[in-house]
Amino acid sequence: MSSSPPTNRPEPKVAYWRQNLMVIGALLTIWAFVAFGCSIFFIEWLNQFQIGNLPLGFWFAQQGSMYVFLVLILVYALVMDYLDRKHDVKE
Amino acid sequence: MDFIEQMPLLGAAMTATRAWTFGFVTITFMIYLYIGWRSRVKESGEFYVAGQGVPAIANGAATAADWMSAASFISMAGLISGLGSDGSVFLLGWTGGYVLLAMLLAPYLRKFGQYTVPDFVAKRYYSETARIVAAVCAVFISITYVAGQMRGVGIVFARFLEVETWQGVVLGMVIVGVFAVLGGMKGITWTQVVQFFVLIAAFLIPTFALSGMLTDSSVPQIGFTTGDIAEKVNLIQEDLGFSSYTQPFTNYDMANVFFIMFALMAGTAGLPHVIVRFYTVANVRAARYSAFWALLFICLLYTSAPVLAMFARYSILNTLEGAHIGEVAKGEDEVEYIPVYRINDEGKEVPIQWVDTWQKTGLIKIDDKNKDGILSLRNVNGNFDEVTIDKDILVLATPEIAQLSPWVIAIVATGGLAAALSTAAGLLLVISSSMAHDLYVHFFEPNASEPRRLFIARIMIIGAILVAGYFGIAPPGFIGEVVAFAFGLAAASFFPIIFLGIFDKRMNRQGATSGMIVGILFTAIYIILCRSDRVLGFDEPLMTPWFQGSSWMPNGLRPEGVGAIGLALNFIVAMTISRLTAPPPEEVQDLVESVRVPRGSHAPEAHFDETDAEADNP
Repeated sequence: MSSSPPTNRPEPKVAYWRQNLMVIGALLTIWAFVAFGCSIFFIEWLNQFQIGNLPLGFWFAQQGSMYVFLVLILVYALVMDYLDRKHDVKE
Repeated sequence: MDFIEQMPLLGAAMTATRAWTFGFVTITFMIYLYIGWRSRVKESGEFYVAGQGVPAIANGAATAADWMSAASFISMAGLISGLGSDGSVFLLGWTGGYVLLAMLLAPYLRKFGQYTVPDFVAKRYYSETARIVAAVCAVFISITYVAGQMRGVGIVFARFLEVETWQGVVLGMVIVGVFAVLGGMKGITWTQVVQFFVLIAAFLIPTFALSGMLTDSSVPQIGFTTGDIAEKVNLIQEDLGFSSYTQPFTNYDMANVFFIMFALMAGTAGLPHVIVRFYTVANVRAARYSAFWALLFICLLYTSAPVLAMFARYSILNTLEGAHIGEVAKGEDEVEYIPVYRINDEGKEVPIQWVDTWQKTGLIKIDDKNKDGILSLRNVNGNFDEVTIDKDILVLATPEIAQLSPWVIAIVATGGLAAALSTAAGLLLVISSSMAHDLYVHFFEPNASEPRRLFIARIMIIGAILVAGYFGIAPPGFIGEVVAFAFGLAAASFFPIIFLGIFDKRMNRQGATSGMIVGILFTAIYIILCRSDRVLGFDEPLMTPWFQGSSWMPNGLRPEGVGAIGLALNFIVAMTISRLTAPPPEEVQDLVESVRVPRGSHAPEAHFDETDAEADNP
């Protein structure tokens, strides 16, 4: 596993952590937009549009947001795989 | 969530159903027992975290089963059916929490390693007092939650197999006991994987069948969107004086929807029995993927539940409105009911069987108020005029409403049991680990040998099962309020301090402890005062909800949503106090650095440290 020599204090992975925070920040913005925006605050405005035979806001509140959540977690796992390799912190 | 009090009986004319149920239950229980026996463990690492070797996809299925309790399986669709668009607070609150869990907590906690959530709290905040507070919270949340599960188990048995409720509870205790005591987390994990498949099949089969009957697609998620059921439901609802089904904020105002959804999200991310599942995977990467698998598996049920809810609403409105009411009759079992029938095209009377059978359970009540012999479903204060339908029967009654075969009804019952048992097992392990690992071994026998630790863990899990069984047989009145409690407390206590422990290096013991205490006390007191009629047995609640009568929150802040405010208070207090007091010691800051990086999750320092107990409060 780790090949670096043991030190008393772990070397902070500043760049890795900063990029991790940026990824989380971006994904959680989408999360909040979908969960609170599309499904609560703008739901009535979105309901004037239709997806299939459902009002769009209602669809987000009872279907769409959950699909988005799922994609967000998958994207997070994939992006972090990339960052782990790039910064050589992969296990 | 009141299913615990009144789980349905499917009626006596159901011998085929009973035989099928008996068969399915026996087969699934044999499998659970076999897995428990196969995965019996010899060390506490296997007992608490399954040896940290669970593959991500299996952990995802286990987490899904762990997470989806009898309430998700049996009650949620009924709740959504009643709430219409506002039912999304449960759907998005409970699934949205996994996004927070996956990105903000799970990978870092896995890197930290060890066995329990209090382990993390104690080490990160270099305080054994914090360990005790966290362990007590975990036990309290889990005991109340598990009591409801055991009750659910008992009643499914009692109703579907016609034994006494206490016999059902005892049988449930024995089954959970075997796989939990022998196999610990290892046994529980693999049993939960199987239970997931049982419960998801049980939920999807009737939903697919219903979708095929009502729309041109058997896939419920597609039929929901492309079918015309929504329009039909909206039309009937408006005819009957209800607001339209897809119209938001008809049951909760916008502010409450926001607060409840947020509290459920943070609560999901903070509940110890879910977090601990992420300790069982091999490494940080596996923790991230297992969050994805967990949400995928959960979404199979959670995206189907609103479909089932709307289809069931449609079927009920469509069949019952205008049906004819007959004379009071008596079934073979001497239980009185009022037969309901429709007149078909040839002028013949067609009985609506499911209404008759469910009346015998008392969960459907017919009352021909205007004595005109015709059933009316008009809106009276949000309820149907002449029929009262308990929300909790919806999932179990749907196969009958759709006139599916007895084996489908049996598989739904088996799925309800799997949902209740899997959640009960996960909660029992949290109780056992908090009591045995965090409290007993840590403070009384820090040098206990491995077999001794395992022995204590098993004693504690047996103790927890007995307590859960007792509450299952003699439930206190407030079990129905548990969900608000468990989520609010987890949101206001665990979520902020774990989050800050990872993302704020400057967060110290003083900040975290005061934040946790303020958050949990505020939330608990608000819930107790607003629900004192249920929780403490007073005639009236001691406090009316805040902001009642305000223009933005006419009915006041509901207790389910108060965890969001407790969470905010926790954050504010923790940030303020931590900046006014000394920074955490260097080795704790190093710990935070190391937790942020995936590499080394199997390093020796990530494991249990015997000196913790002696190094109390430096």
